[in-house]
Amino acid sequence: MGRYILQRVTLMLVTFFIITFICFALIRMLPLPAVQPGDPHQEVVLQRRELMGYNKPIIEQFGIFLKGLFTKWDWGVSDKLYMGQEVWSIFLGKLPPTMVTNLYSIIFAIPIGILLGIIAALRKNTWLDHFISTATMVCISVPSFVYASIVQHFLCFRWGWFPMVMATGTDLFTKEMFLSMVPAVLSLSFGVIAGFTRTTRAELTEVLTSEFMLLARTKGLTKMQATVRHALKNCMVVILPAIFGNFISIMSGSLIIEQIFSIPGVGKLYLSSINALDYPLFLLLSCFYLAIGLIAGIVVDVSYGFIDPRIRMGSRK
Amino acid sequence: MADSIQRIPAEKFTFVQKDAVITDKKLDTKARSYMADALIRFRKNKSSVAAAFILLLLVLYAIIVPIVSPYSMDDKDPDKRYVSFPPFIKSIADENIGIFDGSTKITSINEQGYQRLIAIGKETGMEPIIKITEISTQEEIYRGKPREVQYYTMEANQYYMTGVVLRVLSFEEFEDIQKWQTENNIQVIYPWVEPSAIKNIEDPAIWYKVSDNKGTPDFDADGNFVPAYSTKKSLEGAPYDSLRIESDPGNYIYSIKKSGSVQVRLCYFNYTIYRTGHLPEHVFGVNSRCEDLATAIAIGARFSLLFAVAVSAINLTIGAIYGSIQGYYGGYIDLTMDRISDILSGLPFTVCVVLFQYHMAGTSFGVIGAFLLAFIVTGWIGMAALTRKQFYRFKSQEYILAARTLGASDRRLIFKHIFPNAIGTIITSVALVIPSVISSETSLTYLGIVNVSGVFGASLGDLMSNGQTYAQKSPWALFFPALYFSLLLICFNLFGNGLRDAFNPSTRGVED
Repeated sequence: MGRYILQRVTLMLVTFFIITFICFALIRMLPLPAVQPGDPHQEVVLQRRELMGYNKPIIEQFGIFLKGLFTKWDWGVSDKLYMGQEVWSIFLGKLPPTMVTNLYSIIFAIPIGILLGIIAALRKNTWLDHFISTATMVCISVPSFVYASIVQHFLCFRWGWFPMVMATGTDLFTKEMFLSMVPAVLSLSFGVIAGFTRTTRAELTEVLTSEFMLLARTKGLTKMQATVRHALKNCMVVILPAIFGNFISIMSGSLIIEQIFSIPGVGKLYLSSINALDYPLFLLLSCFYLAIGLIAGIVVDVSYGFIDPRIRMGSRK
Repeated sequence: MADSIQRIPAEKFTFVQKDAVITDKKLDTKARSYMADALIRFRKNKSSVAAAFILLLLVLYAIIVPIVSPYSMDDKDPDKRYVSFPPFIKSIADENIGIFDGSTKITSINEQGYQRLIAIGKETGMEPIIKITEISTQEEIYRGKPREVQYYTMEANQYYMTGVVLRVLSFEEFEDIQKWQTENNIQVIYPWVEPSAIKNIEDPAIWYKVSDNKGTPDFDADGNFVPAYSTKKSLEGAPYDSLRIESDPGNYIYSIKKSGSVQVRLCYFNYTIYRTGHLPEHVFGVNSRCEDLATAIAIGARFSLLFAVAVSAINLTIGAIYGSIQGYYGGYIDLTMDRISDILSGLPFTVCVVLFQYHMAGTSFGVIGAFLLAFIVTGWIGMAALTRKQFYRFKSQEYILAARTLGASDRRLIFKHIFPNAIGTIITSVALVIPSVISSETSLTYLGIVNVSGVFGASLGDLMSNGQTYAQKSPWALFFPALYFSLLLICFNLFGNGLRDAFNPSTRGVED
């Protein structure tokens, strides 16, 4: 197990390094934004570029970048959106709103998703199951911006229950702030609920028809006991890793939802850095999204081995 | 030994069972082919069949509508008057059943505004007011004295509400409209009203005598509007010899001079008929960019479908070849190629799209070319994995060994013997790849990371993002693209799921 984890982490680091290099090279090869004539920062900008190693070979530039990264954790300064500010601190500032909204959404969505999945599985082939399955199907097929728009139009505009966009302010835990986050949280939740419902239903229907369930009933357990103690426990082998994966991903904000509800989070920052051609910010956030994706993948894979002793990760035949 | 076997003379061989009676019966039933079997099972899945049917309609919509539609993306209302207008079909609106009547809710209309709308109906013969939903009375202080003011909330037809507008026409156009009017018997140009006759109000819709500069109408004894049309021949811009309005005694002027051209009051609705040759009907309404939504949706859908099919076809080809080589040769080749695809699969999709756009959108590849490449960079990996798995399943089977013993080359083994086995699985997975491509493509155009509509005319994501911005004013601009898009994705997924189940041999006979 330890060997397997080590193997996966090493591979992840290699992947991370290679893709970072590719992104870095591709970004550095782009034409630089022209310096505004008469800009008082002109000197500083030019000097900064010289230091970053522009007009040296890409490999050397990457070396300079890595050196700065390892010695000072220096990701560069923003050159468009937040002129002259450290991109790392900008990024850290944007993390809390994203994490809070995502956290609310998975705390809300995962139990509902699992519950709906259980109901659908236990009432298989009844109208309730058909209804839940159809709704799940619809939620999975339709991208989040469609229902985000619907949520915003009805809950915020027509009925006026919530503000149209997230309230501004630094304290994320006031009542007003919470209310203004509800539409975004709801929109984020649909996909998560649908995902968990589908997984739970599929797993549970399979487990419920397996032979050990018959044994459990034969030895005198009630249907309730058998389901909760035996069937659900087995389902968790698939569900728990998905939950872990979701918890890792709370840091990466949804570009679309944050844009629609103007949440000052990572996703919105990413989108504005793309549109404003702010290269250092774009590089940092690309690396961040890359890392989150890779880590979530490893956590999901490894947790299978921890949860279910029958699964031996990375074992040979 | 081998020598003696070869030398057995032919006549020594005899048939063992030459005269024996064979009791085996020939099979009466016809063998069912794989495809026929899949089709039968697909038909049993009612929701998939329904989805396939709706999908067909949606695709037909995308193909046919831009051809038959009188609107295109380039030819927009030049005056930009029909902005964010609701769905309107005249023949349905005349039935007065509450749909396609071009109606929007207007609030806080005061008495003068209300009279103005009635007057528009009186002059042009097209009643803008559909239904008054509420009349509220408010107390206001007017010149030191309190008085009651009525405010109307109503449903009104926005197309008719545009009413009569001012427009400067060249002499040729003025002549042309006159000729058209006479031919078609539709009044476009209405008699001129001097601002001085209506207390200097600058509102082309007011054609009646008013008592103050707020536009309070001066009714005659019967409570009718009193026309304030100009009869001053000296002002007339060009001779008028065409339809005259009913109440015209024959001396109204229909235009005034305006530096080398004429200025007229014209009914915009009828003017649009003159200009375009058809009624200004918009089945799904108009968005804030003056685009006819019905056409724009179809063009956007064309892009999405073409793009998704192209991406899937290319990814299918690359993935199949890559996966075949991986699966067939195995060993180190497999391991190396697997690492490559592993690393590539870590690349976040958004990053990939953005970098391609930065680098290639300005080159000869263009926006769409760069977008397509971004989808291909990581898109083939799933397909390759699928093919690889199928190859591992089939390559050690006896018939492959037999073919190899007969001297078949690697290429022949791969493409003639193993790959056809994998085709069913691969094709059905394409049915599920297409909706996912459409979905991510639309998300990116929605966010504005990729601007397809500049090149292709319209894209669903762009339409929805525009609709979302103006959702409060014109919800239809969001509703119809979102509806089409959602239906497309849901049907594609249902259809794909049905197809996958039908082609999956392991579920064969399970439901019977």
